[in-house]
Amino acid sequence: MSALTLDRRRTSMRSSSKKRRSGNGFGGGNVLIYLIAAVVAACSLGPVLYGVISGFRTNKDLASNPSGMPNPWTFQNYLDIITGKTGTFWNSGLNSLMVALITTTIVVVAGIMAAYPLARYRFRFREQLYTVFVLGLLFPVAVAVVPLFIMISKDMHMGNTWWGLALPQAAFALPTTIVILRPFLSALPQEIEEAALIDGASRIGFFWRILLPLSGPGMVTVGVLAFVGSWNAYLLPLLLLNDPSRKTLPLGVADFSTEHSADMVGIFAYTSLAMIPALIFFLSLQNKIVNGLQGAVKG
Amino acid sequence: MDVADEATARQGGTASPATSAPTRGAGSAHALPAPPRSRARRRTDGGLRKGLEIAFFVTPALAIFSVFVVWPVIRAIHFSLYSWKGYGPMVDFVGLKNYVTVLGNDVFQGALVNNLTIMVVSIAVQLPLGLAVALLLNRKLKGRNILRTIVFVPYVLAEVVTGVIWRQMLQAQYGLIDTIAAAIGFPTPQQGFLGDTSYAMGALMVVLTWKYLGLAVVLFLAGLTSVPEELFEAAQIDGASWWQVQRKVTIPLLGPTVRMWAFLSIIGSIQVFDMVWILTKGGPANATQTMATFLYSFGVDRNLYGIASAASVILFVISLVLALTYQRIFMRRDADGGLATGRKAKKVGAR
Repeated sequence: MSALTLDRRRTSMRSSSKKRRSGNGFGGGNVLIYLIAAVVAACSLGPVLYGVISGFRTNKDLASNPSGMPNPWTFQNYLDIITGKTGTFWNSGLNSLMVALITTTIVVVAGIMAAYPLARYRFRFREQLYTVFVLGLLFPVAVAVVPLFIMISKDMHMGNTWWGLALPQAAFALPTTIVILRPFLSALPQEIEEAALIDGASRIGFFWRILLPLSGPGMVTVGVLAFVGSWNAYLLPLLLLNDPSRKTLPLGVADFSTEHSADMVGIFAYTSLAMIPALIFFLSLQNKIVNGLQGAVKG
Repeated sequence: MDVADEATARQGGTASPATSAPTRGAGSAHALPAPPRSRARRRTDGGLRKGLEIAFFVTPALAIFSVFVVWPVIRAIHFSLYSWKGYGPMVDFVGLKNYVTVLGNDVFQGALVNNLTIMVVSIAVQLPLGLAVALLLNRKLKGRNILRTIVFVPYVLAEVVTGVIWRQMLQAQYGLIDTIAAAIGFPTPQQGFLGDTSYAMGALMVVLTWKYLGLAVVLFLAGLTSVPEELFEAAQIDGASWWQVQRKVTIPLLGPTVRMWAFLSIIGSIQVFDMVWILTKGGPANATQTMATFLYSFGVDRNLYGIASAASVILFVISLVLALTYQRIFMRRDADGGLATGRKAKKVGAR
């Protein structure tokens, strides 16, 4: 959204007119447009809402009338999961959180460090080095699953650990991060760097005291992308985590849905609870995610 | 140029990430190669210290990337030449036999067809639908931002979470979908839509469309903001209708964004795993198998690591060939994005 408004602000500054803030100048909505909009919204949100609402039902109620509203409403399913009576919600959530935090930290630190010389130093093989990372965009995790499994679970004995999962996840998130951060760092004006160097700062000093504070927004963007990617990840955790106490939320959801397959409302409740952190995170950082995706696309 | 740079920097400083995502197609292309050229004027400082600094900055990323991406990929190629079950020394060298086995396997061939189907249907359905929703949201509309958020929600939620909900909804007889279908008199298959070989792929496609449409919409919307307002005004003054403006001005200008989105969509379709694994595990009777689920269920689950590795190398080669071909054909003129960036920058740097 900030991208939208910013862009508009730029446009309106240029033409020194404030009246066109949204839309493309054409008057909006007759009834039909709003009707279409409502249908689109219902289709997008419908399944999610159905899951949340069904979590408030009893199995008997759901079986007798799958498309109705809860009758009676019950909080029992949610309570059972929150209090840990069924499932391992909090434990899985903690694992997800820790893995995501470690992944994000590695990605942001290693990513900004690598992007700095790639953006602002001149050296031989710079573009070759960059191309190596860019090519990484084309390596799907699926290609490396077998060797990663052997390496982490058998050679390094890091299966079922937070770090054992976070390190490969970070490695696969690095290409996107560097592709987003490099143009971001390149765009910082040369004059700042020259001024800092004239004032006696070293390159490392410039990186630490000037570049890092200035690249905060870029780091937040790549951090958010890495966090969401890790939070939602399924294939690598499936491969590397088999100790139930170490599983992340997506695995927890999948396991719960097969182990308690008769408890349909329980599954809905568990799934809905698992959505909440991601939804909160998304709603509060929506712009960063969108900008990050655009950045990944436009590189 | 200086003024523009300063403006960008200021925005960057004031908590706006917008600079990381240059929305102007051509702008970012120039932003990339520009710095080296301007820095060429400055004298290059002492070799050793600079080399050490570069090494210091690059090493962490390069080490992690090499150990956990490059090395596993090389080992996958190595594994694929052996018949190996994951324990004991890898001694049974079989050459390309695993590749012959995988490529000749009916299930793998079916999986490849399914991947290609997903790829084609995704673009054929999501492109017009995504464009329509994006154009709709680009109008003055009450609650436009809320609507944009709503459309994006399915994309942000985990595949597993959304997959489990859809699986529940698609359950045979007791599921929501079956109940509704029965109510309106639509005959439902005995085993449910996901359990019937002739419906399963269709059901999977519906869920995938629901999940990924939001990405198309959000990217297209972002592309729309980079179309200068003046163009709309000019067209309006010339008496063009809303639809004419979209068709003659907006959609053509959205070209680079659409091509880039299609690229992401193609790569994603070739690699799809999570949603399929949650919904059907590749079943029923391998009807929804994809290359990634094939390599998991036929390789990893059965400890046939040679087979799994061969399948993964084939998957990689296919996605690489598709990606490079696509870039060749469709994205040569687009200044920025993906691999083109590296190549372009290199060319400029060599000048």
